[in-house]
Amino acid sequence: MSDFLWLIPIFPAIGFLVNGLAGRRISKRAVSAVACGVVLVSFVLSCAAVVQLATMPSDGRYMENRVAPWVPAVEDGGGAPGLAIDWLFVLDPLSAVMILIVTGVGSLIHIYSVGYMWEEAGYWRYFAYLNLFMAMMLTLVLGGSLAVMFVGWEGVGLCSYLLIGFFYWKQDCADAGRKAFITNRIGDLAFVIGALTLFASFGTLEFRGILSAVVAGQGSVFLLTAVALCLFVGACGKSAQIPLYVWLPDAMAGPTPVSALIHAATMVTAGVYMVCRLAPLYMQAPLALTIIAIVGCATAIFAATIGLAQNDIKKVLAYSTVSQLGYMFLAAGVGAFGAAIFHLMTHAFFKALLFLGSGAVIHALHHEQDMMKMGGLRKLLPVTYAVFLCGWVAIAGVPLTAGFFSKDEILWRTFLFSPVMWGIAAFTALLTAFYMTRLMGLTFWGKSRMDHHTEAHVHEVPGVMKWPLMILAGLALVGGFLSIPAALGGSAMPFTLERWLEPVFEPGTYATAAGGHAAIGEHAAAAGDAASAAHEAAAATPHGSPHGEEHSLALEYGLMAFSSVLAIFVLWWGYGLYDRMPQKLAAWKARFASVHEVLANKYWVDELYDALVIQNFYRLCRAALAFDVRVVDGVVHMVRNVTVGTSYLSVFWDTWVVDGLVNLLAKVVRVASRGLRRFQTGVPQSYATVMVFGLFVLICVYMYLS
Amino acid sequence: MPIPVNHLLSFSLVLFIIGMIGVLTRRNAIIVLMGIELMLNAANVNFVAFSRMHGDLAGQIFAVFNIVIAAGEVAVGLAIIIALYRNKDTINVDEISIMKG
Repeated sequence: MSDFLWLIPIFPAIGFLVNGLAGRRISKRAVSAVACGVVLVSFVLSCAAVVQLATMPSDGRYMENRVAPWVPAVEDGGGAPGLAIDWLFVLDPLSAVMILIVTGVGSLIHIYSVGYMWEEAGYWRYFAYLNLFMAMMLTLVLGGSLAVMFVGWEGVGLCSYLLIGFFYWKQDCADAGRKAFITNRIGDLAFVIGALTLFASFGTLEFRGILSAVVAGQGSVFLLTAVALCLFVGACGKSAQIPLYVWLPDAMAGPTPVSALIHAATMVTAGVYMVCRLAPLYMQAPLALTIIAIVGCATAIFAATIGLAQNDIKKVLAYSTVSQLGYMFLAAGVGAFGAAIFHLMTHAFFKALLFLGSGAVIHALHHEQDMMKMGGLRKLLPVTYAVFLCGWVAIAGVPLTAGFFSKDEILWRTFLFSPVMWGIAAFTALLTAFYMTRLMGLTFWGKSRMDHHTEAHVHEVPGVMKWPLMILAGLALVGGFLSIPAALGGSAMPFTLERWLEPVFEPGTYATAAGGHAAIGEHAAAAGDAASAAHEAAAATPHGSPHGEEHSLALEYGLMAFSSVLAIFVLWWGYGLYDRMPQKLAAWKARFASVHEVLANKYWVDELYDALVIQNFYRLCRAALAFDVRVVDGVVHMVRNVTVGTSYLSVFWDTWVVDGLVNLLAKVVRVASRGLRRFQTGVPQSYATVMVFGLFVLICVYMYLS
Repeated sequence: MPIPVNHLLSFSLVLFIIGMIGVLTRRNAIIVLMGIELMLNAANVNFVAFSRMHGDLAGQIFAVFNIVIAAGEVAVGLAIIIALYRNKDTINVDEISIMKG
């Protein structure tokens, strides 16, 4: 009974159609009811599907729903396999986690948006886009092949563009939307190249088929590494990693709930999801995994340092998101795919909470986003402050909160992979704690820096926005208990996310899977052996499972305690600094002015890209324009001029020679007849006079002759 | 005593010349018509004069025919002039030159 999977993405699509086509004519209440209703239906359906999945045996949790053929198979006589794509939706433990996050957090953000966007123009348009986004995101995570995933992948990109540019009449919003779209295109190109290379090599785009072929030992390491890197470049674009991260901070121009849903909780994690979805492939390409780890680690610390010096509350959170996404890629890169998805989930909780909280602050302060004009909001916005506190401790990794479990899992696995990267990641965690404390300090603590008018009108959020915040705050605090690490007694728990997800990343799962492709069927016997061999090899490397290394238990405890103490110390020290010692802060700022300058300007990366890429691109465009104007137009104009010139000659010949001969004849006749015309005056008297004169002459002649 | 034929011919000549001058020089179409009438009557006088000289009545009969034809000619001529006046608002023969080449 997996035939209903397609209903999960279809409901928000219906909501999109209703709101998109009729939203202008129906009331705001109806728009909200439709938009939130369809997402809630999706959430309920997702829960039902996941419950059904959970009742299956742990190594066979796999449901697929082949809805309809999309591109039918073409029978060609040759050996090359024809392209056949089906609308295939697949639910396995990984997509189960994703649909619960997407529909769960999505529902909360939809409800929150009702309050946040109530006063905005284009209310129905906003919810139509948001529903379309949900449909596309669910297509992305449920898609059973790279092709279906790519539909969702591009769809969420489109919705991201539409929603960033929601206030399209503001130039910077429209520019930010375009920047996001174009930057994503670069990554998507690499994604398509990777997907088509996979198709060319294995003859299928379906994940099962690809992964079966990979674990069966098909495809050289070089091919797999190249494909893995191409797909990772796509993930870099979507998930804002170096060097394609620049669009995400600008994307904050969109409405704040959009930042929470698309640019923190769901869409930007699509890249992480895709890498985890193809985990067995990446395991066969250790070089690609190492590169992912390095990029993730570099992005994490790079974005965290920029986050230290931003004054826009949403920009801080945006760089924080980039940094946390770096963590996820770091986890995937060191082979801890479960930890990556776990951090993806906890991050969705606390970052959605922080964004929605910042939205509450911005809403309360009448669209003021500059933290330098906030301060002292603790007393004015008690509920927002309380939920923000939950997000703050969760992202900083205070023990027992969501961020603690997921981040320490990543740090531990990173330590096993490379202590140097662990050092960088741990330092990033410290920076994270610090910039979040700075955000709290500038927003909620200390003295108010608001003007009187704003301060007088500060109001706490309405209930429709308060409840989603509280639910997310609860999730941010306790969400981590879904996956207690083995070292803290997780193996005794009835459920951990780690164990739930394990079969998805296990190459052995795909060894016996029916790939649905003839070539794989032939190799089925060999596939089993090769896959188990690959699995043993993987287990022996640091990418594999670390279970059974008891000697390191003490080390794990030590690292955990170290990062916890560090986080708590930074929070405590930062609280003191920002709440009570502004002059010390100012002195610090003056001392590190040059560093602050570099960070506040984001390392001038935008300017660098502008100089290196955009200006050169413009130059290329101008060269193309010049070529077009001079050469292409020149040829066209030359042809035109030649035609016009010969036409002139033709006209000359026609006018002067052909017409001339005719006119000459007429002219000769006219000139010759000019004298004769005199005689015909039309006056009878003159004729009569001539006649009398002639008669007289005749008579004279007659008389002279006779 | 009978009037000698020379006198009659002279009178006819004078009458003809007066009519001819009237036809050739006057611009009013009615005067032109009257000139034509004079010339016709000069011819009638010639007919009658030679009829008397030869004692033959054929000339006088010709004169009577001539008078009848002159009456018809006047009727048609005046009708043309009236039609002309209605269409052109003038009976000045110089202005009526639509037959000009």
